[in-house]
Amino acid sequence: MVFLGGQVLPGNVGRAILGPFADQRAVDALNHSLGVDRPLLVQYGTWIWNFLHGDMGTSYIFRAPVAPFVIDALGNSMKLGLVAFVLVMPIGILGGVIAALNLNRPLDRIISLGGLSVTVLPEFVTGIILILIFGVWLRWLPIAATWPKGAGFFTQLYYLILPSLPLFLVLFGYIARMARSGMIEALDSDYTRTAVLKGLPWRTVVWRHVLRNALLPTITVIATQTGYLIGGLVVIETLFRYQGIGSLIFTAARGKDFPMLEAGILTIGIVYAVATLIADFLYSVLNPRIRLGAEQ
Amino acid sequence: MSAADTPVGMPSPDAETRRSPWGEVLHSLLRSGTFLTGFGIVLFWVICALLGEHFVPYDALADDIINALAPPSAEHWFGTDQIGRDVFSRVIVGSRDILTVAPLATILATVAGTALGLLIGYFRGIVDDIVSRVLEAFMAIPVVIIALLAIVALGTSKITVIVVIGLSFAPIIARTVRSAVLAERELDYVAAAKLRHEGALHTMFVEILPNVVPPILVETTVRLGYAIFAVATLSFMGFGIQPPSPDWGLSISSNYGMIGGGFWWTVLFDALSIASLVIGVNLVADGVHGAFND
Repeated sequence: MVFLGGQVLPGNVGRAILGPFADQRAVDALNHSLGVDRPLLVQYGTWIWNFLHGDMGTSYIFRAPVAPFVIDALGNSMKLGLVAFVLVMPIGILGGVIAALNLNRPLDRIISLGGLSVTVLPEFVTGIILILIFGVWLRWLPIAATWPKGAGFFTQLYYLILPSLPLFLVLFGYIARMARSGMIEALDSDYTRTAVLKGLPWRTVVWRHVLRNALLPTITVIATQTGYLIGGLVVIETLFRYQGIGSLIFTAARGKDFPMLEAGILTIGIVYAVATLIADFLYSVLNPRIRLGAEQ
Repeated sequence: MSAADTPVGMPSPDAETRRSPWGEVLHSLLRSGTFLTGFGIVLFWVICALLGEHFVPYDALADDIINALAPPSAEHWFGTDQIGRDVFSRVIVGSRDILTVAPLATILATVAGTALGLLIGYFRGIVDDIVSRVLEAFMAIPVVIIALLAIVALGTSKITVIVVIGLSFAPIIARTVRSAVLAERELDYVAAAKLRHEGALHTMFVEILPNVVPPILVETTVRLGYAIFAVATLSFMGFGIQPPSPDWGLSISSNYGMIGGGFWWTVLFDALSIASLVIGVNLVADGVHGAFND
């Protein structure tokens, strides 16, 4: 499907690379050497075969194998996504739990409304505002996410804080809202009442009985957010000039570099599938009612 | 006929205080602070989009290279950009394109999604199974990626942006309509229509459609917020509204490169405008949702 999408894009590849003033014979020669003048099905077969063997094709623009670019970019994106995730998971869940324990009090209102407002804003808007505050006015954080070559772990982390914040904000709203509604439901349940009535301390009730049940739906949501996170990465990596998979796809799309574009999108598809699988697995581990292999 | 139905011509006991269902919804909307705040913000931007160019101090497209990158002052309230255009005028007039493209995309999504949702909800069976799986597959791909591919394929124009966003939101609306239709189609009035030998199309669009309007309205207002999100993002990426429009996302993308030089006024006001419009629409959506679910 991705391959077809890429091929349907009109525009002569050779023409796009050589520019509008190139000689037609040169364009034809280039098209031939790239193999784009062969029939579609032949191209498709070759592409799938090579991809399965780890060869993702040759970039039209860089005239070099695609794989190293994609692998580099994927690594960079994972760093960024990981920083955002590691920040947002505990804070988002904590926010939702605090909101639920203070249901309908001012603290709940602030967390719920604040979370909702930042969630609906486009990432580049929160990104720009955060850059202005922390990068331009306070000068605490660097405004571009490209660290000096050979930088250590903490330097890299320092450069990644600002780009991960807009992603953090968008995810925070979702995760906090899910955790909040899960908590409210669990707090309202019979087993919580039983636990309270048998005289357990409130702290134990919350930790042992409420949290466990409340966090299950949250985990499912987090998995569905991976797809979103990838969409967000495209924007954030462009804004911060970060060499990740998002900006790779963006540049490839602009330059009609189809092998690069297809490899990039297919990689994202694989990452998404793996993330969904991990979430399913986690869900079954945490939920004793669903054990792998036991159902049906 | 169920016993709960009030016989025609017999006023219910509290006839004076009862309103029609729509009057009820309107009444609770007008008392909802969330809705009114959001409506005020959206109304402000709509007025700017319609009449903005008549009251802004400068022409939004006129450059004045000598006064380029001037900081905010009494003369230029929000300063000027890199070729001396007045940022205040551009921000006000910049609401026009996004407020044309995003609502049109939402309308397209609603019409296509409603028709599809009615069809698969009414016929169920194999049509529903196949279409629903295809829709799910579409919804798994981030909108930005679909849009990026489609727009590279079809070229950048307002029409492309409208069609791409409209069609990628249609599955979500179709899913909402489908689940509403599934509940409706079991009701007596649908059975009555079938007994009268009404055609499937008549039953779907004349009998069922009016009864599923509330969830469609709620979903449409929510989608409008996301459409604005998507249009702004695409414009920022260079795949949406094209120069020389003073559109907000576009302005940010052409000016944010100089942000390190401290020229904050060239991007801050555009960013705040997008933020206010998106939050305004979401407040409206929240209000509408509340009014129908009380």
